[in-house]
Amino acid sequence: MSKPPAVALPVAPPPSLWRLFLGFLIMGSTSLGGGVIAYLRTGLVTHYRWLDDETFVELMAISQSLPGLNATNMSILAGDRLRGWPGALLGALGMCLPGASLMTAAAFAVGVGGDDPISKAFLHAIAAGAVGLVTVVGVQLGAKMLYEIADYVFVAITIVLVAFLHVSVLYALIGVGAVAIWWHRPRKTGLPDTKDAAPKDPAQGDPAS
Amino acid sequence: MKQFLDLAGAFGYISLLTVGGGMAAFPELKYLTVDTYHWVTFPELMHYYSLGQLAPGPNMMMVASIGAQVAGLPGAAVVLVAFILPTGLFTFGIGRLWNHLDKWPWRASIQRGLGSVAVGLVAAGAIVLARGALTDWLTIALAVTVFGLLMRTKINPAIPIVASGLVGLGVYWLG
Repeated sequence: MSKPPAVALPVAPPPSLWRLFLGFLIMGSTSLGGGVIAYLRTGLVTHYRWLDDETFVELMAISQSLPGLNATNMSILAGDRLRGWPGALLGALGMCLPGASLMTAAAFAVGVGGDDPISKAFLHAIAAGAVGLVTVVGVQLGAKMLYEIADYVFVAITIVLVAFLHVSVLYALIGVGAVAIWWHRPRKTGLPDTKDAAPKDPAQGDPAS
Repeated sequence: MKQFLDLAGAFGYISLLTVGGGMAAFPELKYLTVDTYHWVTFPELMHYYSLGQLAPGPNMMMVASIGAQVAGLPGAAVVLVAFILPTGLFTFGIGRLWNHLDKWPWRASIQRGLGSVAVGLVAAGAIVLARGALTDWLTIALAVTVFGLLMRTKINPAIPIVASGLVGLGVYWLG
């Protein structure tokens, strides 16, 4: 990490609600191409200086562990830190409104995925590109989240259940999730295991029914 | 009326499954909107998803398109509220509790445990999307190229995504 020694940027005073909404609206309208989190970081930490980097990373950890879209969760958490619940509400609105309005308009304009072969050719190719993008997102998420063989086993079981056996995402989330959380349960030695003994019997952890 | 309740129920439920990102819920999104309620066809769903890649903000805002297609503007509004509000309130609550949970040893366990499931769900979502999107050599080549580019460089993902669409157009006109 060749970052300059963290001379933390001074954090600006919390913005007014109107400034906050405007800031999130701008980030919500300019964050093209996925990876909204990167735009949020540039905006919140570097540009507006509403949050320091440490707080941003902390909020990101919460966002990623909870259901909901990362960018929306981040906006809610950051908005709440800045201006309480009205900030959370306006942050989420600003983040979501531009994309949501455009996509609503698109449903009317595109003639509803109509039979126009030209737009079909265009959109179908984009879906193919998106497969590549989503795979990158999965790999990056994996690099951050997976530590030991057991984690990879949980990933594999989840994939097989959902993508091949067509088990509902809900059951996979609850079933595999419960086993995985139990696997990483707090040990008497303190923090959850980092490098525990080799996984005993992965099949044991298979909640498939 | 029943239709609005169905929309609200389906998208509220789907939103609860987006652990690790919108893609995690894609298999369920497909199952409910295509197979169960027949609101859209699988190609339509994919095409809206593609458009969502081009829109700013969270790319799952494409759910608004489905709502709009089913029930116009009110449909889009119902879907958006159902999709954002419940998880939003949950996040808001947990956000406030989080620091108090610091000492709770299970917090780290839950993060670790759900982390691996989230990765699995995103991967499963990618597989379901790939089944619909990768239909010939061209689309496979596009997916592999975008994957390689984004793994090796730090370019904005919008660039290869739009480029894929243009390649698709070019091939259509040439073919």
